[in-house]
Amino acid sequence: METIDKPLTKNMCAGRAFATLADYESGGGYQGLRKAISSLSPQEVQQWVQNAQLRGRGGAGFNTGQKWSLVPMDADAAVIRYLIANADEMEPGTFKDRMLLEKDPHQLIEGMIIAAYAVQAHIAYIFLRGEYRLAAQRLETALLEARSKSYLGKHVLNSDFKLDIYLHTSAGRYICGEETALINALEGKRATPRAKPPYPLVSGLWGHPTVVNNVETLCNVPHILHYGVDWYLSLGRGADKGSKLFGASGRVKHPGLWELPMGTPIREIIEEHAGGMQDGYRLRGFLPGGASTDFLLPEHLDVVMDFDAVAKAGSRMGTGAIIVLDDKTCPVQMLLNLEQFFAQESCGWCTPCREGLPWTVTLLKAILAGHGRLEDIDTLAGLTRMMSPGNTFCALAPGAMEPLQSALKFFRADFEGYITGNRAVMESG
Amino acid sequence: MKTSSENSNFNGLEPVEIEEINAEMSHYEDKAAVAIEAMKIVQKHRRWVSDQSLLAIAELLEIPTAQLEAMATFYNLIYRQPVGKTVIHYCDSVCCWMMGSDQLQESLCRYLNVELGGISADGEYTVLPIVCLGACDHAPVVMAGDELLLDVTENPVSRILGR
Repeated sequence: METIDKPLTKNMCAGRAFATLADYESGGGYQGLRKAISSLSPQEVQQWVQNAQLRGRGGAGFNTGQKWSLVPMDADAAVIRYLIANADEMEPGTFKDRMLLEKDPHQLIEGMIIAAYAVQAHIAYIFLRGEYRLAAQRLETALLEARSKSYLGKHVLNSDFKLDIYLHTSAGRYICGEETALINALEGKRATPRAKPPYPLVSGLWGHPTVVNNVETLCNVPHILHYGVDWYLSLGRGADKGSKLFGASGRVKHPGLWELPMGTPIREIIEEHAGGMQDGYRLRGFLPGGASTDFLLPEHLDVVMDFDAVAKAGSRMGTGAIIVLDDKTCPVQMLLNLEQFFAQESCGWCTPCREGLPWTVTLLKAILAGHGRLEDIDTLAGLTRMMSPGNTFCALAPGAMEPLQSALKFFRADFEGYITGNRAVMESG
Repeated sequence: MKTSSENSNFNGLEPVEIEEINAEMSHYEDKAAVAIEAMKIVQKHRRWVSDQSLLAIAELLEIPTAQLEAMATFYNLIYRQPVGKTVIHYCDSVCCWMMGSDQLQESLCRYLNVELGGISADGEYTVLPIVCLGACDHAPVVMAGDELLLDVTENPVSRILGR
């Protein structure tokens, strides 16, 4: 058998707009599902995925099989459980799920069917952000095809397992990516996060046990079943296993998205795959995993893209979407753009986030307009503490503080320059 | 709340709107879950969600108007004011900002002679910001109607409008 080292993108060939059902099946598609349904119990599927050490690709990095094993599995057939694919990709800088959804929709569907089988859910939803119109069309078509070939329905592949998957398109709000806010949104409520516990795995959608997994996470599952745990474990280069979509954007020569082994050094992504910086620009820093991760510096280029390795360097791997800061873009202005995003997208439910983020924006604007005082830098640092993990209802505000706290550490002179007059202030404030 | 010309001639939701909303209900345990889809369906037919439309949807779904309004005003893609035939959403998140989204917005508004959020004189266009559209390797990007346009750097207006 040929060596498969890029399972997630193996069906995405040049000259093919997207993988049709026939393309997907001829590439080994739905073989993982056949194996799961015909020869493995739900608990065995959970164990396979746990043994493969697949960690959640939405950013949190929790072991997916272990997450599934926390779902109460009463044998009572009347017990309702739900599976939700989180396709509400809205983390600035991140564009991996869009590619998976548009170019190989059956990969997600197969992953969802296997996941639903593993937790014995009979209804599943794809929670898709409203802006992904092309993805919505391709998923609707793929769902019809899957129903017509008995991958979905009352008897999945002629077994006793029944499942249907519905597509829910949202209407654009970042907080819906938080799993309990997503569940409220799906129920037809304002999408504010819920208190935990109870965790959705025990009490989620309409009070029933609910698993929420990221699109990319679910896309890994068919391959683990088809090619096996040992194969999956062999894919990683470092501590973490499998492959992942890594992106680079900003002033690099070739912005893009590549499927690479977990544990790939950041230097390789920026310098080889993205071709290095554009002519005339130097690398000043980067956000390694989307807008809500701490800045790292050129000295961190040899850090590898593993959850724990990036954490040890002082940031998070997040979504694996690297946003590059060049030497001609002002980090304070970049911060203002980032914090305006978070302030706008805050759901307004808890006070530190609702009040703290607009305050952050106000202070940054004042500094950039030349009205700042040196004490404002201390106030900003105080805000990063006030909105740190544990002080807010969900992870939005702590995420918003990650680029700010690291910018205050690494680019303090830029902030001070606007205040002491060593730096030209922004014309429009 | 805004008033509009629709106030005087609103005669309830059209049968086709009700039919499309009802078709979504079978997917959920509770018909309140259809709320976002219902507003998007109404918006597809009327371009925006007026007060009357909002009341009619709440009644159809048997949910409090305030609950529906809390959702309607929560989302970037539900319009509670009239918009032009084509809404041009330009991404203003970090990668597009770095690649010139401020200038892009200015040239769009100047060419269409429209303020941000307003409607062009011919009723055709509204320009609004939107958060990250998930195409950061092709920044700056714009969503014009349903269409995603990439690398909108040179002659953005003619590319978007096809003029």
